[in-house]
Amino acid sequence: MLDLPDSAVLLKQQAADWRASVLLAGAALEASGAVTAEYGPRMVGMVEEFGAYIVIAPGLALAHARPGDDVLRAGMAVVTLDEPVLFGHPYNDPVSVILGLAVLTADEHVTGIAELANVFNETAVIERLANATSADEVRAVFGLSAQAESAE
Amino acid sequence: MKIVAICGAGVGTSAILKVNAERALARLDIDADVTAADLASVQVAAADAQVILTSPEFVEAIGRTNADVIVVQNYFDVDELQQKLEAALG
Repeated sequence: MLDLPDSAVLLKQQAADWRASVLLAGAALEASGAVTAEYGPRMVGMVEEFGAYIVIAPGLALAHARPGDDVLRAGMAVVTLDEPVLFGHPYNDPVSVILGLAVLTADEHVTGIAELANVFNETAVIERLANATSADEVRAVFGLSAQAESAE
Repeated sequence: MKIVAICGAGVGTSAILKVNAERALARLDIDADVTAADLASVQVAAADAQVILTSPEFVEAIGRTNADVIVVQNYFDVDELQQKLEAALG
């Protein structure tokens, strides 16, 4: 499982629209040292190119882009919103939790994702994340220990 | 039997779909090979597939295919996947 330092967790944020929410996830990944500033806009570009398919469950978006030079190391970020935003998804709008994901290779992505799938197979998890008030609470949802250190 | 999970980049959501489709198939006691692929390679990846799993956004883009196209609403809902796979394969 990817680590989740305090810098990668932004809770109860304000976002004007889905773009802003995805850029927050990019900012959190950048703050944790996983990506450079170019990565957030590339995640936005995925939705512009393919649509709202990253909204994979009710209330949850999995923001990501392909591996690239703007990925410094694999990382995960969690953003929750004060007011949910619409992505334009037929079933799963509105979104209040955005997971940001950055990986160096596609293979690595598959492994990390499989672990995420294990966490989210419990349906209450999205609600627990949306209501979390501290980074420790968010880490607990992912089964990560409190005070996880950044991989720096 | 071959099942292909399709997403935009082939590196993200299709992997979740693959993991949970494998869970649903295990419950159904169906032996199948599930792969994840991106939209660009769908015609090759799904050429001999019996089922394509994907999001509503990609149905049109997948185009003509002999496979059953299953639209998945909640990627984490193994019950939904199990029901839809059973309907397509049963």
